[in-house]
Amino acid sequence: MRFFFFFGQYLLLLRNTFSKPEQRSIYMRRIFDESQAIGVESLGIVAIVSVFIGAVTTINTSYQLVSSWIPDSVIGQIVSDSTILELSPTIASLVLAGKIGSNIATEIGTMRVSEQIDALEVMGVNSAGYLVLPKIIAALFMLPALIIISMLLSILGGYLVGMYAGIVAPDHFLSGAQSTFKVFTFVFAMIKTVTFAFLISSVSSYQGYYADGGSIEVGRASTRAVVYSSVLILLFDYILAQLIL
Amino acid sequence: MIEIKGLKKSFGDKQVLKGIDANFEEGKSNMIIGSSGSGKTVLMKCVVGLLKPDAGSILYDGRDFVTMKYGQKRILRQEIGMLFQYSALFDSMTVEENVAFPLKLFTKYTKKQIDDRVNFCLDRVNLPGENKKNIDEISGGMKKRVGIARAIALNPKYLFCDEPNSGLDPLTAQVIDKLIKEITLEFRTTTIINTHDMNSVLEYGDCIIYLHEGLKHWEGTPAEIRNTKDARLRDFIYAAQFMKDTIV
Repeated sequence: MRFFFFFGQYLLLLRNTFSKPEQRSIYMRRIFDESQAIGVESLGIVAIVSVFIGAVTTINTSYQLVSSWIPDSVIGQIVSDSTILELSPTIASLVLAGKIGSNIATEIGTMRVSEQIDALEVMGVNSAGYLVLPKIIAALFMLPALIIISMLLSILGGYLVGMYAGIVAPDHFLSGAQSTFKVFTFVFAMIKTVTFAFLISSVSSYQGYYADGGSIEVGRASTRAVVYSSVLILLFDYILAQLIL
Repeated sequence: MIEIKGLKKSFGDKQVLKGIDANFEEGKSNMIIGSSGSGKTVLMKCVVGLLKPDAGSILYDGRDFVTMKYGQKRILRQEIGMLFQYSALFDSMTVEENVAFPLKLFTKYTKKQIDDRVNFCLDRVNLPGENKKNIDEISGGMKKRVGIARAIALNPKYLFCDEPNSGLDPLTAQVIDKLIKEITLEFRTTTIINTHDMNSVLEYGDCIIYLHEGLKHWEGTPAEIRNTKDARLRDFIYAAQFMKDTIV
């Protein structure tokens, strides 16, 4: 029963979030601010994670390809396919769930316990729309951009490690990476990313919005935001793969 | 004028408001007092619409806030200003951005008009020239004053103050009390103040309501409260020994 209560509460928050905004100009500014926080400020961690994903995938693939009958270019193929299809969208989204999710839940939760959300409501502002909608829109635009960068950096990481560690010749790696590239794979990765972006931003906002109490509860809300977002990412990763692939 | 009729509110099995009737008049400082847990904050939250009452009506100059539609409530809320216990200022904004916030959302003022109004409000609360400061750079008393400036930005008809003196030293508390009183008289607002501070009740209150266990136990003026024979109320207002000594 508790699940249905929380799910209903989440749906109500979404309904209020997507109701008509008060002043479009203020919302536009907030979307730009949130895009900065969600997108630009996450670039560093996404870059680090992505380069290492590609590098490690190259080493792991080379380690498992023991037969001399298999050409080196397969390493490029596997790194490219697994990066685009799974590793970049899922692993980077899990990392972003930690960074963005905790940030969103803490920010909104602190506003809740310090009565800033009450202040918005008393003024007649739709607090859910004002606080949550810009975060969701910013996440929906910025996460795909981050994941595309992650894909490129991951393949670059694999390429550099393959070249400098003498695992695979650069031209073999590139020809392998290009040989099996399909637009559908990329589109599927973007569908996953948009879904994950919505889940991270909305679930974390929900956790913060209904935080009740003091700083301890804000901390708990932040933890729940990361845990639930991560679990939902994995669940929807499976559901989407099952439905679309 | 705000009229409250038969207001009830429960949380689970606990009935916090058990049927409160009260009138809050225009141009007066209406004080709500009562011990912790008596229902003061819940009453104020119901009146401003942060909590939905289980029963009863809240009339803002005859307009029933409880049965109003969402759109009508939003319009009415632009006539309400509220000073929160811990100011509830938006800490991601500067002082002037906080005061300008309701103006940007609910008026079609030009930038110049907004700046003028912000400067007027900050002047009114004795904070001229503090526009660009961040909220974490100013003291508790200044935060309260910025809170008041934001509350009066839209020229409200109704002003609510939840524990305006909490956390302030006695001198600053008196400055805030005086400011609220002046604004009430100047703008003829219907002002409702939740407080524990008996100094402000006796010095600045016009009408006083004493809540006890979710019911209105007593109502009167500062002169009447000084001479009350009600034992429970006397125990509350003269809880401090020096107050008892003063009255004896």
